[in-house]
Amino acid sequence: MPAQQTPALKAPLTVEFPFTRSLGPVQSAFLTGLRHRTLLGVRTISGQVLFPPTEYDPATADELRDLVEVAPTGTVTTWAWNPAPRPFQPLDTPFAWVLVKLDGADTAVLHALDAPGPEQLRSGMRVRVRWAQERTGAITDIACFEPYESDNDHQVGPHSGEFEDPVTLFTAPARLDYTYTPGRAPTDYLAALADHRIVGERCPSCRKVYVPPRGACPTCGIATAEQVEVGPRGTVTTFCIVNIKAKNLDIEVPYVYAHIALDGADLALHGRIAGIPYDQVRMGLRVEPVWSGDARYPDHYRPTGEPDADYDAFKELI
Amino acid sequence: MSRQRASHKEPVAVVGIGQTAHVSARHDVSIAGLVREAAQRALADAELTWADIDAVVIGKAPDFFEGVMMPELYLADALGAVGKPMLRVHTAGSVGGSTALVAANLIAARVHGTVLTLAFEKQSESNAMWGLSLPIPFQQPLLAGAGGFFAPHVRAYMRRTGAPDHIGSLVAYKDRRNALKNPYAHLKDPTLTLDKIQSSPMLWDPIRYAETCPSSDGACAMILTDRAGAARAPHPPAWVHGGAMRSEPTLFAGKDFVSPQAGKDCAADVYHQAGITDPRRQIDAVEMYVPFSWYEPMWLENLGFAAEGEGWKLTESGVTELDGDLPVNPSGGVLSTNPIGASGMIRFAEAALQVRGRAGAHQIPDARTALGHAYGGGSQFFAMWVVGAERPGG
Repeated sequence: MPAQQTPALKAPLTVEFPFTRSLGPVQSAFLTGLRHRTLLGVRTISGQVLFPPTEYDPATADELRDLVEVAPTGTVTTWAWNPAPRPFQPLDTPFAWVLVKLDGADTAVLHALDAPGPEQLRSGMRVRVRWAQERTGAITDIACFEPYESDNDHQVGPHSGEFEDPVTLFTAPARLDYTYTPGRAPTDYLAALADHRIVGERCPSCRKVYVPPRGACPTCGIATAEQVEVGPRGTVTTFCIVNIKAKNLDIEVPYVYAHIALDGADLALHGRIAGIPYDQVRMGLRVEPVWSGDARYPDHYRPTGEPDADYDAFKELI
Repeated sequence: MSRQRASHKEPVAVVGIGQTAHVSARHDVSIAGLVREAAQRALADAELTWADIDAVVIGKAPDFFEGVMMPELYLADALGAVGKPMLRVHTAGSVGGSTALVAANLIAARVHGTVLTLAFEKQSESNAMWGLSLPIPFQQPLLAGAGGFFAPHVRAYMRRTGAPDHIGSLVAYKDRRNALKNPYAHLKDPTLTLDKIQSSPMLWDPIRYAETCPSSDGACAMILTDRAGAARAPHPPAWVHGGAMRSEPTLFAGKDFVSPQAGKDCAADVYHQAGITDPRRQIDAVEMYVPFSWYEPMWLENLGFAAEGEGWKLTESGVTELDGDLPVNPSGGVLSTNPIGASGMIRFAEAALQVRGRAGAHQIPDARTALGHAYGGGSQFFAMWVVGAERPGG
């Protein structure tokens, strides 16, 4: 049977997780300081002041703990205009990304500058911190910078970095948005599944039948195209009994999670076994898919009533 | 590394080893602080400073596990890598092993004289199970959770070999008792009994809760160096007698999950390099990657310590105990300590500690040759090294 021409599938895939970050002593003091409108840098072995502070000396690798307070005013060292802010950026109106060297610091911090347009911007312009109304101990406690004329006469002073209510941990949500395209072979596979047919592909070299097909043989490294309908019956090659509920799975425990070699396939796929008490499932059990509603995959597999397959007949598929 | 005469290569020595005390959550340090702690202990062991290090090679678990996409950038300050080459290695759960091998190859090829290699994981900052089960569109979700991926392979091993049900609990009991002797191990229960393990909940039958690895925060570092560096070392080095990596697809027709071909090939290569023809007799201690207890008998066969079907008999008869004639995981192993990204390097480091005679309370007397083993990615990647007390080639 030749490969069918089915329009390629696409779907959004969002990967999102609220990672946590333990801060350690320096970042803890830095972020807690922001909550108190206190800007803490760190002094390096050579005497430079780094803002934001680092835990270790970039030049010597020594541990740095000598915190100093820098000024809320500073100088723009360079900038880039951002005409179309994206979600989660510091301002929702057009703004400039700036590197600002705060008075008393020897390095610059990246942040947003609220300015009416790029015409007013220049390296060397003077700015100051605009604090957020509600501060939580995060870099966003600096809402942004704003133009502000002042003299740079700040003398840095030492700071213990100690506060009554230190921030020690924060949450860093991360999100990636993809458009997922499974490719030609999975698209054909899914199209056949919609008709309750299970169609794999045969490698032209080793002759193995892959279900689900990936469009290439992982052993021979060559493309596959010849479609082969397999099953619907198959053999349980091995399994486990799941006794704890997994998140996002609405299945009553205990249940059986099994590897099933469909007749005609050269490797097993996985599925749930039902229609038989969980403690009677065994290797070699003959099963068939049970479809439910519009679900893309079989809801589960149930015994066919045939005699069990002989171990020797499926042991190479385990 | 394979198939070349050792004399063509610079002999590689392990002269410094450092670990953090592994626990479920290190909220007191940043990731930078965590790796720093292990690295400084390795430097102290070698009596070296940051200036003595020529290059840094680091490894960690897959990026989604911690949400740190480029650790080599973020950690350069903490690891004294500024102005030096810094490499990151990535091979899923085997990464700690392959990271050490990349570092060893840099010495063997005489690219660098002294290399810091380090692997880490802060599992408390994320959720490894989430990282392993992204909701890929159109794909059927795994219906079983973490151990459900491994449990059917354990059942297949039991069927193939006729191993009795209690073997897994023996491994867990042994490894957790060994952990009591290791100051860096995570799980420590002095009241542990075999009965406690055998009565723990059956999560993914045939795998019980007590037969699964913990989730840990931790880091492990090693200093590798050449002959000149070894001559200056304050303590006896461990010498690398062989190192090998192999990979194979996660799923393919004919894949043997019970005893993967890539694991057999990797072991054959590393033994060949080390001149080992009878691993059971010639290797004095083994640190193997056993995330679920049944993988000990499975790997004993895969690594050639027992004939096919016989691995469980070594476990059952006590051969793999601390005082047995082939001690396996004297440190307590992955079953007792599992900062995933570091777990492979801990196996390599613990093997080196044994042949240096510096393993403390879990030292195997007179250990001269030891195997460090790591695997990962659904039995997709394998990394191994054999270390010895004597310099290879005499």
